Amino acid sequence: MSVVELQGVSKSFGRDVTALEGIELKIEQGEFISLIGPSGCGKSTLLRIMGDLVEPSSGRVVVNGKTARQARIDREYGIVFQDAVLFDWRTVLRNISLPLELSGWDRRRRKGRVREMLELVELTGFGDHYPWQLSGGMQQRVSIARALSFDPALLLMDEPFGALDEMTRERLNLELLQIWARSASTIVFVTHSIAEAVFLSTRVVVMSARPGRISDVVSIDLPQPRTGLTREDPHFFELVTEVREALHLGSDGERGTAQASAGDPAV
Amino acid sequence: MSTTAPVAVQPVPRALGKLVGRRVRDWAPALLVLVLGLVGWQQAIRIFAIEDFLLPRPTVIATTFWEGRDELLRAGWFTFQEALGGFAIGCGAAVALALLLARWRGLGRALMPYAIAANAIPIIAFAPITNAWFSPLTKSSKIAIAAVLCFFPVLVNALRGLTSVRPASIDLMRSYGAGELAIFRQVRLPTALPYIFTGMKVASVLAMIGAVVGEYFGGSFEALGVLIRSRAQIFAFAEAWAAIVVASGFGIAFYLAIALIERVTLHWLPAARE
Repeated sequence: MSVVELQGVSKSFGRDVTALEGIELKIEQGEFISLIGPSGCGKSTLLRIMGDLVEPSSGRVVVNGKTARQARIDREYGIVFQDAVLFDWRTVLRNISLPLELSGWDRRRRKGRVREMLELVELTGFGDHYPWQLSGGMQQRVSIARALSFDPALLLMDEPFGALDEMTRERLNLELLQIWARSASTIVFVTHSIAEAVFLSTRVVVMSARPGRISDVVSIDLPQPRTGLTREDPHFFELVTEVREALHLGSDGERGTAQASAGDPAV
Repeated sequence: MSTTAPVAVQPVPRALGKLVGRRVRDWAPALLVLVLGLVGWQQAIRIFAIEDFLLPRPTVIATTFWEGRDELLRAGWFTFQEALGGFAIGCGAAVALALLLARWRGLGRALMPYAIAANAIPIIAFAPITNAWFSPLTKSSKIAIAAVLCFFPVLVNALRGLTSVRPASIDLMRSYGAGELAIFRQVRLPTALPYIFTGMKVASVLAMIGAVVGEYFGGSFEALGVLIRSRAQIFAFAEAWAAIVVASGFGIAFYLAIALIERVTLHWLPAARE
């Protein structure tokens, strides 16, 4: 059984804006899927549809054999946004334990798990700090720890490292892969960066804009576990080129349809 | 940033000593200004030979206060009770209405222009009228005017706080399957609290003003406003001044009490930890 199954998913805002059209995608247990595409291709919207934060206009979303809504209520999702979205009034410790509190874990179990999560994201000793006392990268690690704390079936990440500097981003990429390997979770990751998508993923889903469509899916067969050296592998560059070409093909196709529709006033 | 962090986990006695030291350093300039101001006032009256009924010397006011302290403090306490009652009713009603307006935004759009307009009305002008409504000798008439004065700043601030929640925070809570109640308790309320406290600090000052001014238009003989007015009418200006000092003292103490509660409640605010 797939973790995520999207069948004919479309999303329109109002009458004129079609954000997504005819999305078909299956994501298997343990995959690391990146969604990449130009601005306005609906990749964030697609992620939010998977997480039941946005309702599709049509189509079916199945997560672990349930509707997205049921999966959300059953707490199958861990979500990480571009901003860490930590609560200023909670310490790092209590931010991480928030989903556990909502799931009704008792204090002792929460305490143990939060300590494990702090270790996992290498923030041991920062539990009693408040979010404003941490750097951007540390805040994002807290938000990842929070998302992983309750072992969600599916981790949805919306450009989580987009606001960070290149060095921090590369380090967090490696950390994320280690966490992914250890926790055996399934990750859907939205990004603007081709290199990041290739480095992290098992498959890269390339999208085109207006309307948002899946234009290609590139399998990334780089060996696991990936390390800093992976980025210097010639095959890494071949795959980056392949994704880049897929992206350009997608946007050329878009230009083609734009011209076609300009020539046909009935459309 | 990380250099300031260890302060929070320092052993208590050392941190406390440091804190007291810093407080003294923070307050020293303000205290110096107070002392210089009082000395300047005293000397100015001597040098320019200002008559006592125009402006009594601080020492005279202090002596007058000390001699009449029982009556003055009793009057101050009486008026403060009115202010406190009005504050509680006004703030309570304002927060309750803000919750309704934040929940039903259409209602907010319909009512907010009037709330903002009402905020610009010199409500104190209604004091003689509330006296007529509730009978001037009761506390209720002063409580009413204080409550109305407190109402609007708290309403406007509370509503701003309740509606300034980041959408991503709501999404996050929803992704955990959280319901409206949990979202309110975990996100909306903590986000709104700093705004509500800002409104309440303004209201604490207004409440005392409302009570005192309400009493100028008539009230019990135990009331501070009545005392100030009657002493001024018989040219007992030193006594009127002493009563004004008491009114200020209660007003400042009320404000500081709210500020202290704010500090304890919002200890997580970066500004509170500076």
